[in-house]
Amino acid sequence: MIEISNLQKSFGSLEVLKGIDLAIPKGQATGIVGPNGAGKTTLIKTILGLVKQDGGSIRFNGKELDGDWLYRRDIGYMPQVARYPENMKVSELIEFMKGLRDQEAIYEQELITQFSLDSELDKPLRTLSGGNRQKVGATLAMMFNPPILFFDEPTAGLDPRSSHRFKERVAKEKENGKTVIITSHIMSELEQLTDHVIFLLDGRIRFNGAMKQLLTESGEERLESAIARMMDSPEEQAAPANEDGQQFLSEELKIA
Amino acid sequence: MKNLIHIIKNEWRTLLRGKWVIGYALIFLVLAESLLRFGGGGSETLLSLSSVMLLFVPLVSMIYGILYIYQSREFIELLLIQPVNRGVLYWGLFLGISTPLMAAFMVGTALPLAWHGILGVGAAESMLVLLLGGVLTLIFASLGFVLGLLFYEDRIKGFGFTIVIWLFLAVLYDGIVLMLIFSFGHYPLERFVIVVSMLNPIDLARIMVMLEFDISALMGYTGAVFRRFFGTAAGSLTAAGMLTLWLAAPMWWGLRVFKRKDF
Amino acid sequence: MKNLSILHYALKLSLLLIFIPASPQTLFSQIIVSETGSITFIQEAVDLAAPGDTIEVESGTYKEWNIEIRKPLTLIGIDRPLVDGEGEGTIFSIHADDVTLKGFDIRRTGRSYVRDYAAILIVESTRFLIEDNRLDDVFFGIYLAETTGGVVRSNRIEAYDLREASSGNGIHLWNSKEATIEGNFITGMRDGIYVEFGEGMKINGNTSEANNRYGLHYMFSDGGIYQRNTFRKNGAGVAVMYSENVDMSHNLFEHNWGTSSYGLLLKDIRNSTIEYNRFYRNTIAIYSESSSNVMIRRNDLELNGWAVNIKSSSARNHFEENNFIENSFDVRTDSPRNNNHFERNYWSAYEGYDLDRDGIGDVPYRPVTLFSMVTERSPESLILMRSMFVRILNTAERIAPVLTPKTLVDEKPKMTRIQ
Repeated sequence: MIEISNLQKSFGSLEVLKGIDLAIPKGQATGIVGPNGAGKTTLIKTILGLVKQDGGSIRFNGKELDGDWLYRRDIGYMPQVARYPENMKVSELIEFMKGLRDQEAIYEQELITQFSLDSELDKPLRTLSGGNRQKVGATLAMMFNPPILFFDEPTAGLDPRSSHRFKERVAKEKENGKTVIITSHIMSELEQLTDHVIFLLDGRIRFNGAMKQLLTESGEERLESAIARMMDSPEEQAAPANEDGQQFLSEELKIA
Repeated sequence: MKNLIHIIKNEWRTLLRGKWVIGYALIFLVLAESLLRFGGGGSETLLSLSSVMLLFVPLVSMIYGILYIYQSREFIELLLIQPVNRGVLYWGLFLGISTPLMAAFMVGTALPLAWHGILGVGAAESMLVLLLGGVLTLIFASLGFVLGLLFYEDRIKGFGFTIVIWLFLAVLYDGIVLMLIFSFGHYPLERFVIVVSMLNPIDLARIMVMLEFDISALMGYTGAVFRRFFGTAAGSLTAAGMLTLWLAAPMWWGLRVFKRKDF
Repeated sequence: MKNLSILHYALKLSLLLIFIPASPQTLFSQIIVSETGSITFIQEAVDLAAPGDTIEVESGTYKEWNIEIRKPLTLIGIDRPLVDGEGEGTIFSIHADDVTLKGFDIRRTGRSYVRDYAAILIVESTRFLIEDNRLDDVFFGIYLAETTGGVVRSNRIEAYDLREASSGNGIHLWNSKEATIEGNFITGMRDGIYVEFGEGMKINGNTSEANNRYGLHYMFSDGGIYQRNTFRKNGAGVAVMYSENVDMSHNLFEHNWGTSSYGLLLKDIRNSTIEYNRFYRNTIAIYSESSSNVMIRRNDLELNGWAVNIKSSSARNHFEENNFIENSFDVRTDSPRNNNHFERNYWSAYEGYDLDRDGIGDVPYRPVTLFSMVTERSPESLILMRSMFVRILNTAERIAPVLTPKTLVDEKPKMTRIQ
């Protein structure tokens, strides 16, 4: 259970998070969407402890985080860009993580089989394809069976088959009651995997609620159009942010 | 502690496999060997080695430190989200990469000295040169670390600063000191000159080499402050103390930056 | 076999018997001095003895001073008797030829600012032998005045007064000729070995260290030789002055530090040779003033502050085939003119090349660096020694000399160390 209140963060004069209030209950699968520069990555990094907030608080299972690090035992994180020490072998990286976390890697073999990584285990990481490296990242995130899973653009480098397997796996984790948080530019993916949406725009939460609610309220059938519609809506406050946001969104939609 | 050793071990393994560090050791091995072959005696070799060491060890170590940060950004971030204390992670990474570099210099240089018998005859001098090289490696690797963390996003700036800092400390600093000595020659300058030299770690290391090899010339100088400083244990002790401070300062700075940094 | 060896013994015995009457023991008598015997003072024995007699002094302590010897005698210490002068005056005072003094421990001479009290004083004598004595806490050690010939060998002389003015010399030779001083060890004196107005001295294999002033102080003495001596950690090193035809070779000059400390100071030396010596870690290895026609070759000069400091009053001196190794400064001089010759030396600081592979560098070497001139002007800049900046300065000046003496140059620098 993650509770965030009035979370603020600036990088120099640039305000990235302008007071975020958020509660992610246990077992919820949440998609975080928003244009580039909206603060998605900063929000996640702050929760993970990579970025230190300027104001506000993050509570984890009711306990305020203040330079704490043991809470990360409960988190698995799959980064967007997976780059590892070049000369390390896959098996060594896995062993290294096991030693570092000192937790039982109960899904190690299962994930390796699922992602067809067996043949890659003895290869140095530098020789791995981008997709295989992503799969290593996914394995590292999930093998310790943590209750909370973060995925940052997880399927970006994956081929359709792997992407499919990954989604299956995430769906299974969800069923098992894991809290799952995903950022993605691929709206259809979020529709498949999550039932809750947080829409960030210009450092603020524009929408936080159930996927169904969003679709109902907007009267759209697809998340993509619902988001696009929300950016056009008169609720928008700051004019320049609106322009920027729109620009970004349209770009993203093209990519998607 | 367990995690610290775990991280250090992992860095050692990857670095050794990278062969880069082994190449660095080989360079010093070949250098020391050829100096001993063609240069002749022990003091000559040790002084040539110390000149090369004073010039290149800071540069290589600093570039090595900053390069590590730049090349391992994603990996560092992956480690940061593991249940590991940032302080432990910092020391693990820093010691993990700097100690092999230090060892590479020391072993590469020591082996030829050993089989040519210099290590036995000039034990104190050899140890001094080896130790100073080791200490400079740590100082400048951690400076490189700090620069990498400070200019995390801007590599050009990071490398630029690295070169400028090296050029300043290795060459220009002494030129400025000489200019000051010339401009204020009619004032008593000894104390000032000693203090100023202590502020630059390369000069500090050089002064310690000088105390070992040029003490006879220094004793020819009439100034009372110099004589007291260089002629007694006070000089060596102060220089060693300052060098320890210099060793601690960038490491502590790096730790501070690392702990507070937004990745 | 057995018979043969018995025969051999018998033969030996008879030979011995025949020769005994002729042996010195019977010709000259032997007097024994001991703490418990009938003669308890050495002076008493000396007075009793006839010229040529041998006095054996047995182990024990003899509180005596001013023991005057005015006839040829041999004094032998058995198991190192100690003669204690109790700080009163000169202990042995020898005024006769053919005196041998051997195997004594001698300590505590008198000290004075007006009289040169010595442990062993030898005046106007010849054919003397002073050997294997240990002198401890003495003012002057062995004092030779107006002697001719004689040997001072394997003695140990030590004192503890650290002031130059109130300590005396270890072996002091004044107006002496052809003395042989060898294998002695001298420490803690004013000058280890002092030679004035001597002639044809042979000073070999001595060790003179940690004396308050000079290890060897050598003046107005022509035609001397000193070889294979070690001069170490003396206050002012070694001074050789106002002499001609001195041969100094195979000596070791090391660790002589201080503002006016020299491995070897030459003043007004002519037609002499300095060869195969090693100068190691001295403030100034060789200092030369008003000296001429001195051949300085095949010496090792290593890790000295200044290897050579040559004043412009010196001329026609030759520095050849020496090894100049990692000295803080190789050569210093006080004038842009140079009247001395440097050739075929090895300089570890030489950066030139040897394209024709004849072992001689193709570019001349200039041993006076710009930095050495900078330090003359601003001595504080010594702290920049061996820095990269100074290296660059020196290299620039070597390529295009402006300030350093143009004629002080080794045209044929050796590429490798001379063995």
